[in-house]
Amino acid sequence: MRSDGFLARLVSFVESGSFREEDYTLSPAQKDTLDTDIPENRWLHSVQHAEKPVGARLMSWFSQKGFELFRDLYRIASVFICVTLIGVLLSVVSFLPAFGSAENPAVNEVVERYVSKSIEETGATNAVAGMISAYRGFDTLGEAHVLFVAACSVIVLLRVDPSERKRGKLLDPDRVGGDMDYEPNSDLILRKAAKILVPLAFIFGLYVILNGTSSPGGGFSGGAIMGAGLILNSVAFGFKRTERFFGDEMYHAVKTACLTVYALLMAYFIYMGANGWDDHVWLGIPGGIVSGGLILPINIAVGFEVACTMYCFYALFRKGGL
Amino acid sequence: MELVQNFPFITIVFSLTCGVFCAVLKGKKARGLCLVWLTLTTLMSFSVLLYTLKTGEYYIYRMGKWNAPWGNEIRVGVLEALMATAFSGVMLLSLLGGMHHIFADCEPEKTNLYFTMCSLLMSSLFALIYTNDLFTAYVFVEINTIASCALVMLKSSAKTLVATTRYLIMSLLGSGLFLLGIVILYGITGELLMPSIAEKVRTIFATGEYSLPLTVIIGLFSVGLAVKSALFPFHSWLPDAHGSATASSSAILSGLVLKGYIIVLIKIFYRVFGLEIIVSEQVSWFLFVFGALAMILGSVGALRERDLKRMLAYSSVAQVGYIYLGLGLHSELGVTAACVQILVHAITKPMLFIAAGGFMDVSGGHKSMDAIAGAGRRDPLGGLAFTVGALSMIGIPFFAGFVTKLELTAGALESGTVTTVMALIAIAVSTLLNALYYVPVIFNLFSAREQAEYKGLRVRYRADYAFATVAFVLLNIGFGAFSEYVVGAVRQGLALFGM
Repeated sequence: MRSDGFLARLVSFVESGSFREEDYTLSPAQKDTLDTDIPENRWLHSVQHAEKPVGARLMSWFSQKGFELFRDLYRIASVFICVTLIGVLLSVVSFLPAFGSAENPAVNEVVERYVSKSIEETGATNAVAGMISAYRGFDTLGEAHVLFVAACSVIVLLRVDPSERKRGKLLDPDRVGGDMDYEPNSDLILRKAAKILVPLAFIFGLYVILNGTSSPGGGFSGGAIMGAGLILNSVAFGFKRTERFFGDEMYHAVKTACLTVYALLMAYFIYMGANGWDDHVWLGIPGGIVSGGLILPINIAVGFEVACTMYCFYALFRKGGL
Repeated sequence: MELVQNFPFITIVFSLTCGVFCAVLKGKKARGLCLVWLTLTTLMSFSVLLYTLKTGEYYIYRMGKWNAPWGNEIRVGVLEALMATAFSGVMLLSLLGGMHHIFADCEPEKTNLYFTMCSLLMSSLFALIYTNDLFTAYVFVEINTIASCALVMLKSSAKTLVATTRYLIMSLLGSGLFLLGIVILYGITGELLMPSIAEKVRTIFATGEYSLPLTVIIGLFSVGLAVKSALFPFHSWLPDAHGSATASSSAILSGLVLKGYIIVLIKIFYRVFGLEIIVSEQVSWFLFVFGALAMILGSVGALRERDLKRMLAYSSVAQVGYIYLGLGLHSELGVTAACVQILVHAITKPMLFIAAGGFMDVSGGHKSMDAIAGAGRRDPLGGLAFTVGALSMIGIPFFAGFVTKLELTAGALESGTVTTVMALIAIAVSTLLNALYYVPVIFNLFSAREQAEYKGLRVRYRADYAFATVAFVLLNIGFGAFSEYVVGAVRQGLALFGM
């Protein structure tokens, strides 16, 4: 009935501009079958509504096309908003004071004191280290915990129960292949290169951390280098070799120790400073390794914490655990 | 310096350390540590509150050896201490009330991380409340963002993962805009400390030199923090995130996390820019209009919802609208109303979410309106808590919610004619809508048309859940009964804010 009937109705619709009632009066059973039949059903709806007032026809059209229309409008609007925001921000940049100019509002007594008194007050020849670890040490304490909370979130998201991992089963039972199936990796060039580079990376990382008070660097950058060394080690020699000295327990021990030591040192520093007491910290000899008072131990703690976090991200993404 | 003055710093720094320890302890031990620490922070914050009320002044706490523009500092006044006490207490009660859900919903070996996230979240909330420095605020906003996403994600299901992804994207967009605002503001003032910026901004505003950047900065701060606190057009992430998380997470996110960002916005508005600039930049008009729209459309959203927790989440959208409406009145009374609403919603919405979690226990884990029919009979304490919370949300006298509506109306009556009419209409319509969706739920909770499988089920009360619900009920009624003290403290606090 449908194959010829609909076509005929369409033709009559085009010719007369309206339908006769009896043309599309259907029995309930027929309606049921039509309702389940999607493409023709749609057509039927539009035909039925052809007799209804304009408002109802608009509504029916909207219920069919509304979503697509909304989607298109949404795309146009989002592009428009982004372009406007970019334009506004760029125009704001043109209003800002020139970068590096001496009349800049940012060149004020704060910067002046950091530059001129950093060595005397914090014992660090690297004014940046003095600034982030001593002057604004509280902010940096928060920043170190941002890394910690990010690592914990990744653990929540990606960690797989160790017992499941040992059985070689990951969350998806149908899973075939994947990074872990290619372990241990036996790329000769990578191994030879890593044999030379990994110790160098650790030593250089340590160097950057220890010299953070007197030269550019410090905990964050040195820790990143050491973390890269750990990652390179496990890429070249497989996770088993890395797990021998850096597994789950080691990770938690190092991380907890570093963050606790950091928080305690900072708390001591803040408590003494706020109460106006002398904190009895020997500032050391500016320019030497032991200098900057608390900055050196803080750098060491931050460095190991950052290295742990870097490796933690890598290991969790790759094998779902440490 | 007295010992009690050190407490704000101790609560911030050692909450971080508590979180670090929770990450290595087993679930039950982490729970113990976190609960003990939260009890201590509540007591410490309360003693700070008593101290500030006694002295009637705020004090600056120097975070280290150097004074503020060089070092960090926090600022402790009556309002800050009041917020810290309330938030810490609510966090403790929310955790207690949903404790068995936490252990049921999280994977066993990740339960300890739930308490890590709670401790870090608490630390960041303390820091946002006490901070006097925009960059410190940004650092702790980051911790807050990540920890709150993790709180949603810890209940592992496909729904929560989708909700977390949306929440994370929206929240990071907000953080990004906030950071851009700080960067541009630093570019034109060269300061990060709030009073120093305020000074420079005033001279800049008087000369009219950087008028476009100033407008854009205020816009970036407002939009960025509005996205994070789910003001009306940016609320789409909230019902999913708050509706699908475990009971405690919903309570904490709705009651506390949204408010942390609003507190930062209040600080930026009234301690950095000052009332005069905010009014002349017309930003309060936007907040006013969107707040009013949120009050009505959030309630309409809740009205259409058949899922209890999603309904409560939409109700949060409406309640956040009240706060922004108060801020948008750009008057002292309006800001007072906004601060009172922050406190009222912080103690009321967690109670509703905890009660909703209790209903899910006696309804086979379902949260649709049909499944929870009669749940108030099966779990009378939860029923009592929900009823009190719902009546408070509607604004019945003697409950906490009434205080907000009273203060907000007082603020509205004092403002200009157009705003008075609009605000009063918004309050009236929103109250009506609140009643329209909360009252049927109360009837539904105590109706005899229970589903056959849950009929005759009786809850076996756990001490933590019972304690939390009773404490929440008492807190709410106490707030309603002794509202003049709280409102007085808020006023005193705002006066110390330099308003």
